[in-house]
Amino acid sequence: MAYATDLLHAFLWTFNFLLLPAITYGSALALGALGVTLVFGILRFANFAHGDMMAFGAMVSLIGVELLNHFGIFTYPFPAGLLVLPVAMLVTALLAISLDKTVYGYYRRIKSPPVVLVMTSIGVMFLLNGVTRLIKGADLTPFNDRRIFAFDSVDPAALIDQLGKAAVQIKTDFSTQAKTVQVTEPEYVFFSVGAFKRATGLEEGFGLDLIQVIIIVLAVAIFLGLYWFLARTRSGKSMRAFSDNEDLALLSGIDPQRVVLITWIIAGSLAAIAGTMYGMDKGYKPFTYFQMLLPIFAATIVGGIGNPQGAIVGGYLVALTEIGITANYKKVANYALPDSWEVAGNLQLLGTEYKFSVSFLILIIVLLIRPTGIFKGKVL
Amino acid sequence: MKTFQRYWIVFGLLAALIVLTGFVQSWSIALSLLTVGLISAIITLGLNMQWGYAGLFNAGVMGFSAIGALACVLISMPWVTAAMLQTLDVMLADPATNATAIEKLQKDIPRRFLAEGQMLAAWLIGAASALVAWGANRVLRDRLPGGRRLLISLVILGIGLVMFTSRFDAATSVIESTGFADNSKYMGGLGLPILLAWIVGGFLAAGAAWLIARIALGLRSDYLAIATLGISEIVISVLKNEGWLSRGVLNVTGLPSPIPTATALQEVPYEMARDASLIVNKLLFIAIIMVFLVFFLWLAHRALQSPWGRMMRAIRDNEEAANAMGKDVVKRHREVFILGSFLLGVGGAMLATNVLQFEPGGYQPLRYTFLIWVMVIVGGSGNNLGSVVGGILIWFVWIQAEPIATGLFALLSAGLLPDGSELAQTLLDRAPQMRTLIMGVMLLVVLRLMPRGILPEELQRK
Amino acid sequence: MTLLSADHMSGGYGGPDILFGCSIEVDQGEVVVIVGPNGAGKSTAMKAIFGMLHLSAGSIVLNGHDITAMPPQARVQLGMAFVPQTNNVFTSMTVEENLEMGAYLRRDDFRDSMEQVYDLFPILKEKRQQAAGELSGGQRQQLAVGRALMTEPTLLMLDEPTAGVSPIVMDELFDRILEIKQTRIGILMVEQNARQALEIADTGYVLVNGENRYTGTGQELLADPEVRSTFIGG
Repeated sequence: MAYATDLLHAFLWTFNFLLLPAITYGSALALGALGVTLVFGILRFANFAHGDMMAFGAMVSLIGVELLNHFGIFTYPFPAGLLVLPVAMLVTALLAISLDKTVYGYYRRIKSPPVVLVMTSIGVMFLLNGVTRLIKGADLTPFNDRRIFAFDSVDPAALIDQLGKAAVQIKTDFSTQAKTVQVTEPEYVFFSVGAFKRATGLEEGFGLDLIQVIIIVLAVAIFLGLYWFLARTRSGKSMRAFSDNEDLALLSGIDPQRVVLITWIIAGSLAAIAGTMYGMDKGYKPFTYFQMLLPIFAATIVGGIGNPQGAIVGGYLVALTEIGITANYKKVANYALPDSWEVAGNLQLLGTEYKFSVSFLILIIVLLIRPTGIFKGKVL
Repeated sequence: MKTFQRYWIVFGLLAALIVLTGFVQSWSIALSLLTVGLISAIITLGLNMQWGYAGLFNAGVMGFSAIGALACVLISMPWVTAAMLQTLDVMLADPATNATAIEKLQKDIPRRFLAEGQMLAAWLIGAASALVAWGANRVLRDRLPGGRRLLISLVILGIGLVMFTSRFDAATSVIESTGFADNSKYMGGLGLPILLAWIVGGFLAAGAAWLIARIALGLRSDYLAIATLGISEIVISVLKNEGWLSRGVLNVTGLPSPIPTATALQEVPYEMARDASLIVNKLLFIAIIMVFLVFFLWLAHRALQSPWGRMMRAIRDNEEAANAMGKDVVKRHREVFILGSFLLGVGGAMLATNVLQFEPGGYQPLRYTFLIWVMVIVGGSGNNLGSVVGGILIWFVWIQAEPIATGLFALLSAGLLPDGSELAQTLLDRAPQMRTLIMGVMLLVVLRLMPRGILPEELQRK
Repeated sequence: MTLLSADHMSGGYGGPDILFGCSIEVDQGEVVVIVGPNGAGKSTAMKAIFGMLHLSAGSIVLNGHDITAMPPQARVQLGMAFVPQTNNVFTSMTVEENLEMGAYLRRDDFRDSMEQVYDLFPILKEKRQQAAGELSGGQRQQLAVGRALMTEPTLLMLDEPTAGVSPIVMDELFDRILEIKQTRIGILMVEQNARQALEIADTGYVLVNGENRYTGTGQELLADPEVRSTFIGG
């Protein structure tokens, strides 16, 4: 019986430190990869600016949340980021469309080779990079960062009622004697690792908070929605046709401008969603989104370019591999193996610093062995 | 002649910018800008070869330059264990004062020798197991199906890996925890002159290019970009984490300078004033760089005019036809890739020598690889002198954008916003971010209005 | 009733002219075949009629409309359907989706049309949920033609429909074309297999070096020894 408990411990550890983070991180990658694969498949170039578009979307959401909070509106337990997400999606989609009109569209019209479009996207990347950092800075900012109010502009009692005593502090400035109310909106947690352990008496546990659940539910909803759009609607099918065979699509009377417009709307919206969700979970830091560009490219290529199912599978696969290869399996080994085989040192294949290298390695291997990816996308 | 005029005007403007900086800010700053601009020119020249001659999209510039810079450490820094021995000798002259130091050195030096031996053994075992696995795969090719062969190879590699890792980890833990003063926590180098390191750096980068070319050169251009970007990220990751090799993020400082440092110039026998010493030091360095730059330009020029160069351009302009005519396109591409990477490596070594330290954390793709790409495009892809223009101009803009933006923002907020307002302060803090914005706008504008760059390729054919 | 009248077309792909005053006419319910030696400009003539290249001279009238300046998409809306020689199906989409794409511009209920296509090409009905990329060469050609038929065209243009298919499949394809002809659709075909094509042709145009060299009914041309010697042998 003791061994069964040990196995349970091993499973719980795996779930908490491997599967759950892989699912949340993978959801962000999958959504990012969906945007990239659509642009790759329909507009036929690698959009290096997609990471910074995600940062842009996250930034808009963050500003929206800060604005709500500024007027004393706290939506706990519901994360406000989700509330302002539609606005972020709209703004980012508009950004994508205007970028196409001013930048990308020109090169499409003069039929430039894809390489030129990539260079342009690098220019756009620089641009968005600068803009996001100008507007919101480059530092890590959590969505529920501490907000400071003048004492008479909010009702501390009501806030304590809503958010709990730990969230609200009243501070008096030593020199000016001005009173401020400082609010840090908590994240809604279903149960923490500690609570789980206490409740079950086990040595390992896992925690679950609302944002993680929202990420998973939202991601699945989007996957299904996008699938329905592409597989069942006339517009969606026309986009698949355009991606499959552009000349034939034009012959069939499909309007290329409409396809391009819808592509950017979807790509921009997906970027905003991915950026916001990841930001709500881990905090907003523009550099992180740029860093995610390569795992996202890896996911796109692994899954097969232009193939949305591939992008989704690729996203989770890359996330799982990244976290899996750099995880420290010492505890799992100790749980699963007999006691005499106890592992003292760390059991890591690669150090955690190599996390990003893993996805690049996957990418390169796939590019060399099977460039069409799992789902046989296009080799453009 | 319009062509010559254009060259003179462009270079004249560049010179004017540098001179202006000298007067407005300081000559030291102006010369620093020029130095890195010239080094960037060499790196841009290398990339331009790969892109302009052969249409290869190398987004891994950063990795190759880092390898070149690594050579500075591996060639020119002293061997740490040897340095410790020397220090021990010196300390033994006065045993009383240096008792603790002597004791530590006497304990650590033999440990290091042992560790270095273990390290060697680890690599030999690793190489041997790879060879055995490969050999087993070959030998059993006819006897066993693919799946089982793979399994055997993996088992052999697995055993080799375990043996490698145990020795490797033991060795690195010793090496990374012992040393003396600045010579500590890594293996060290051969203690040879640094200019030699520059050349070795070029060859190391070229060697890496040969390897990568074997693997990735068949890929279509934007795939090649992604692949090279990934490879360079891996290279940087390794350099940041393998402390035994180059101290990782602790950086290697104190690279030997090829010319007297400013401090040295202030002392006997030169005895210059401080300002003068800074300037003379920089001028000397620039002189050395110019020698290399001029040589590389001459080489590139000769290469372009040669039958080889003409063939390269023919291939780039119409690869299918070239293939049909029997030209070995892949081989030519590989040659260009390797040659260009040689320059990338030398440039990287020069950059490290310029600041006399090796700092792997400073290699970020945005500030590095993509910036060089802007240099190539803006300067003029396919034009060698264009690379020089691109290198100097873009570096100038990249650096000066910060003070100019800060000044502009200060002016704007002084005029429009109340004093000491939070917004004004935030704007001032964020002014440096204008750099990337300006860079982005510049690239987009050039791609749209002057896609061939400031000095287009056609100019140099005349 | 003259469905299509392409008169004295001259032009090329941007470089030197390929067509020199070439004229083609198609009547309703007629099978018109364009044949000729390699490089004669057959495909070019068809692409010119469809609007895929710029004409320096000549006019094209479809159903009484002057379509000379119209882009291909507009010509599709006027009832012209074009089946390219290669890449003529959406390989990643199912057979049925391909047909749906054919009906993209139609606002009415196109299920009847789809049934008609399935009646014409029963094998497509069998494989309606399969990806087009999995079909054989001959089946793909059938799908390509079916996709074009979904637009309810008055003029169906086929660019070398039997290229690379076996003789049996070719015969079957030509049988189908004759069935399509029964529905009063005009059919314009460029063909390399001149003999078989002319056998089903109401009118044949022999192009050489971008010009009309011989014109007549299919039987006339087949019987003409000069025509035979020009290229039917080779």
